[in-house]
Amino acid sequence: MSSLIPESGWADMSEPLSWAAIFGLMAKQFWPVWVALAVTFALSFRFKRRLGLYGKLFDSPVAIIGFALVMFWVFTALFANMIMTFDPLAQLGSVKNPLPGAVVPEGAEGQYKWFLLGGDHLARDVFSRMVMGARQVLIIAPAATTFAFLVGITLGLPAGYIGGRLDTGLSFLANLVLAFPVILLFYLLVTPEIRNTGIPVVLAAVLFLIPVAFFVILFQSRFHTSPNKRNLYVGITLVLGLWAYSGLAFNADPLGVWGMDPNLLNVFVSVVFVNAPTVFRIVRGIVMDIKSRDYVAAGQTRGEKGWYIMLWEILPNARGPLIVDYCLRIGYTTILLGTLGFFGLGVTPESPDWGSTINAGRKLLSMVPHPAVVPALALMSLVLGLNLLADGLREESLKD
Amino acid sequence: MLAFVIRRLGVMLVTALVLTFVVFFLTNLPPNLEKLARSEGSVRMTDAAVASWLEEHGHSGSVFFRYAEWLGAAPGWVITDEKGVTRGKCIGQRDDPALAPRYCGVFQGNWGVSTVFKKTVLFSLGKSMAATGWLMLAVMLVMVPVALLIGVLAGMREGSRTDRVLSTFSITTSATPEYVSGVILVVLLASPSTGLSPLLAEWGWIGSKTLFMGTATSAMDNITFWNFGLPVGTIALYGVGYIARMTRASMTEVMTQQYIRTARLKGVGFRQVVLRHALRNAMIAPFTVIMLQFPYLLNGVVIVETLFNYKGFGWMLVTAAGNNDIEMLLGASVVAVIFVLVTQLISDIGYVFLNPRIRLG
Repeated sequence: MSSLIPESGWADMSEPLSWAAIFGLMAKQFWPVWVALAVTFALSFRFKRRLGLYGKLFDSPVAIIGFALVMFWVFTALFANMIMTFDPLAQLGSVKNPLPGAVVPEGAEGQYKWFLLGGDHLARDVFSRMVMGARQVLIIAPAATTFAFLVGITLGLPAGYIGGRLDTGLSFLANLVLAFPVILLFYLLVTPEIRNTGIPVVLAAVLFLIPVAFFVILFQSRFHTSPNKRNLYVGITLVLGLWAYSGLAFNADPLGVWGMDPNLLNVFVSVVFVNAPTVFRIVRGIVMDIKSRDYVAAGQTRGEKGWYIMLWEILPNARGPLIVDYCLRIGYTTILLGTLGFFGLGVTPESPDWGSTINAGRKLLSMVPHPAVVPALALMSLVLGLNLLADGLREESLKD
Repeated sequence: MLAFVIRRLGVMLVTALVLTFVVFFLTNLPPNLEKLARSEGSVRMTDAAVASWLEEHGHSGSVFFRYAEWLGAAPGWVITDEKGVTRGKCIGQRDDPALAPRYCGVFQGNWGVSTVFKKTVLFSLGKSMAATGWLMLAVMLVMVPVALLIGVLAGMREGSRTDRVLSTFSITTSATPEYVSGVILVVLLASPSTGLSPLLAEWGWIGSKTLFMGTATSAMDNITFWNFGLPVGTIALYGVGYIARMTRASMTEVMTQQYIRTARLKGVGFRQVVLRHALRNAMIAPFTVIMLQFPYLLNGVVIVETLFNYKGFGWMLVTAAGNNDIEMLLGASVVAVIFVLVTQLISDIGYVFLNPRIRLG
């Protein structure tokens, strides 16, 4: 028989795997990730001195560990199709909760022979679901965080810089959202009933318009003296932005490129809605600190307009704390998405995202731990990586 | 100071009104009401029957008016049907309609009746909040001292080995949300097949199958270390990391101050410097953080009560939301919102008390 065993000399096809074999086979399954990580780190170390803040990351061991963890999951999400051993939705056989290393029944030719990390209550492969879950998390979490940042920055800059009534009003609104317990908000906002009333679409229509406005103002304030350039940049922003806007907010993209499942839109909007006020408060605080600096006064004396000073003088100087918070916030968003999945809110039951997999696995937790523990550890390591990365970034940016 | 507190209370009241209105609006959306009609009336009602059921039970009309009714700021609805029977929001089953009060809302102490628990909302709320109160108390008793100790030990000598070990610990715990640490703790400590318990049972150190209990339902009647340890530990673990990091940051900053160096140069011992000079000044920032941690604690409570099946406030919130129990959900939201607002107020006032450098006009 041994000649028939294709790749692994140490494992017999018909026997369950030992833990050493499981880890060995898993490491092999992740080969595209190792290659990508090796290339990234080799290039980064080689050109470390020419890469600015990113290069400086590689001076701090904490940041290196964090970056490695984060990039591991990023590459896993990218190469998910090559890594996973089965279709994450396929039910393999009738045995419930097969143990890690168990043999897949009736392994057809070309199919993988084992449940690497076991199977769940529907005999779906836990390993493949974890890998596919990484893709889901790593698409939504950074995207939602980016939107929350754009919203928070667009509203926080004028609140801090202009102050007065505008600041009072916007701060009151932000505090309103912040006074809502997050879980309660999720239970109210992420329900099938809400979807029928169209409230998420209205929220999306407002929240998604702000990033488009941000880039229009960004280019308008910089290039309004040279109309040709201005028309080009603002035009590109408007075409791309409104095109994406029509698809994402209203699911009415004429070309069908942009689009979001109504479930996903609901989750996405809620997460942006919860995060944006905190970003707003951070940006507002930083702007109030920076606006008393001399270079801002110099800009005002030169006759620069408000938005130019905010976007091109203050914002670049506020980037340090914002980048650190961005990393932390992606982690926090990941936790929030997991919470939503854990309560079964806004996701389809078969979705492989980590939160709902933990939720599905916890019912038999004390008997068969693997279906819940695997996604739990995955989520924890990603968030830990982001926290370490943020910590390293903070240390390195404080050094100069 | 007084003016500041009064102004804050005013803003708080407006916030509470706006937030409860939002909750009222979101829980009383037409689809929710339709679901309520079908579950309370009959599942096979026609659309017209649903509409008339809603009208007969005071769920029609403007949402603003119904909100005022619920608050008790507007007179409750009264309907006399064709049989001549008068019913109304404020009229009980056997009461004489003529004697019933006109206003009955939250202000008058009438929070409605839960459709799931079949009890008044106030009664269910009181019971579940008592249960959650014990949980939160235990969490605070564990979390705050541990977090402050870790933060102070890590922050008093920045960059030392102790600092690095403790900081790694606190970063790890703050990256572990409750639903992750709960799962891991159960698998390690409360599973008959994995983790510590089978080993201990084999050695004969424990009589039962597991070390800790995987559910906290029995803690509703009788709290013991073994049934309460895991839920408390799960919530505390997530908070410890965050508070410890804030304490550490505050402590390291204080330790670089001139007066610390002066004290050291005068020959005061390191212990004395930390305990006498640094500690009090380093505690200002963590106090705010701890107070603001309460709302997040609420999150943890909901997750942990669901995970460990402890029938407190969080479990009730989840059950009410899952079963379209509108009045219960409204009551729970009022409590949650007021809880968050009060902790914010206390943190603001306490900050001023602790830090005499801040003056409020």
